[in-house]
Amino acid sequence: MFERTYEEINQKIRRGAAVVLTAEEVLEVIAEKGVSGAAQTVDVVTTGTFGPMCSSGLFLNLGHPRPRIKINELYLNGVPAYAGLAAVDAYLGATALPPGDPRNRNHPGEFVYGGGHVIEDLVAGKEILLQAHGYGTDCYPLKKIETTFRLSEINEAILYNPRNAYQNYSVAVNLGSKMIYTYMGMLKPRLGNAYYSSAGQLSPLLNDPLLKTIGIGTQIFLGGGRGRVAWHGTQHNPSVERGANGVPRNAAATLALIGDLKQMHWRWLRGLSFLGYGATLKVGLGIPIPILSEEIMSYCAVEDGEIYAPVVDFSRGYPYKEGGDLGLVSYAELKSGSIKIRDRRVPAAPLSSYVGAREIAATLKKWILAGEFTLSPPVAPLPSVEAGIKLQSLPQRDPSPGGM
Amino acid sequence: MVIKQKLVFRFPPSVVEQPIIYRLVKDFDLMVNILRAEINPKKEGRLMLELSGSESGYRRAIDWLCKEGLQVMNLKQQIFWNEERCTQCGACSVICPSGALELQRPEMTVRFQEDKCIVCELCLRACPARAMETLIEDNG
Repeated sequence: MFERTYEEINQKIRRGAAVVLTAEEVLEVIAEKGVSGAAQTVDVVTTGTFGPMCSSGLFLNLGHPRPRIKINELYLNGVPAYAGLAAVDAYLGATALPPGDPRNRNHPGEFVYGGGHVIEDLVAGKEILLQAHGYGTDCYPLKKIETTFRLSEINEAILYNPRNAYQNYSVAVNLGSKMIYTYMGMLKPRLGNAYYSSAGQLSPLLNDPLLKTIGIGTQIFLGGGRGRVAWHGTQHNPSVERGANGVPRNAAATLALIGDLKQMHWRWLRGLSFLGYGATLKVGLGIPIPILSEEIMSYCAVEDGEIYAPVVDFSRGYPYKEGGDLGLVSYAELKSGSIKIRDRRVPAAPLSSYVGAREIAATLKKWILAGEFTLSPPVAPLPSVEAGIKLQSLPQRDPSPGGM
Repeated sequence: MVIKQKLVFRFPPSVVEQPIIYRLVKDFDLMVNILRAEINPKKEGRLMLELSGSESGYRRAIDWLCKEGLQVMNLKQQIFWNEERCTQCGACSVICPSGALELQRPEMTVRFQEDKCIVCELCLRACPARAMETLIEDNG
């Protein structure tokens, strides 16, 4: 049985002798040489995805002014950041909104500027307005500061995204009779359109469905720079139903990702405004898959026609947890521009960018070929199918003293 | 010479009650295809339409409209695609009713064809990256 180690791959990368292909390109080699032949030829397969990922955000250390301040309340370009940490540390979430934003008072709200937009502006090197309040202590006497800063002028800005890279995702439709505005976009009534959000055959976790190579510490492309897999992501759910190729038929594994914002690029961290829903961040990420064996290559052989996603009604099914899904559709069908639901042709479009995913996979390939990026064996694996994880719902019990 | 042109008229409250379309047909022998029409609470009107007819009739009609105090602009200047802001997702392609915004397959790249745009402005808010922009300042 053919095998290859991380060290062998990295030696080839350093010598400039590694064979690296994107998850799209490798399909041609597999078609020509078969999985076994392709595994012997190819050392690394690169993947990519570029989609809206709400569970993203930024840890900041702003540095101390004189006199010092213990920040109790913090706004960056008017957007609140969480300051319940040490004095000048904070966390800015991608979906945070300015207190004055009208939200959905005039439905559907526009959400023109939120946490994701601040992150984009920071990484683009723009000047950011900082407004902070403290309550004043003997050690931190300053109670108020208003100033501006740029990314290069603060100590740390560490992107830490608790849930990214969803392994597959549902396809959103609207069975209701009026337009709805969701985190999956504007959904026209009576199955007027469908939105999906995965790079399919290029998507990182769909090329390593059982998490055999991606683990804690894996070096990745994150936001145009480099990052690492920090942990499994929140709502990580490897226990979902899978097809014969191990590919999940529903949203399954997720990743928590970390990286230094100072070496990232605004092109791959984009503030988004979803009408009637809110603000978020579009994150570009890519993961290299080391071809350690034929088995690993067999996972990278997955094509859009073999990856299925459930169709979910967002008028009742998703928000009220009513009913089941409306069947499965393949990414090949989704990418064709229309899918069949209840014998009707429904126009389909993505929310994640396939062109972006392709460019990320190609960029990662270029870095590896140039010897600038080597592969890191995980320091610990992520929980996979055998972990038996079961997703929970929030308990809803009466918290009053007499209640149960 | 036959001419066919998409235009935007903006008219002040003083002329908003006038039967502009009737005059365009009756006096200048033009064919009118209304794409969109609105009157805001301040009684200012905005009309998007396609005019076709003889070149001389068309020119005389435009002169007359300007004299009446209407602002006349070419429609194709109204909506534009900020390619740098576009993240190439394609969400717009199922919202755009005229096919001006489309996702080209199999490349999966977004394309905007100005000549197909009817300036409905649905894309302005449907685009999460806000890559579609308009030059019209909105007084409504």
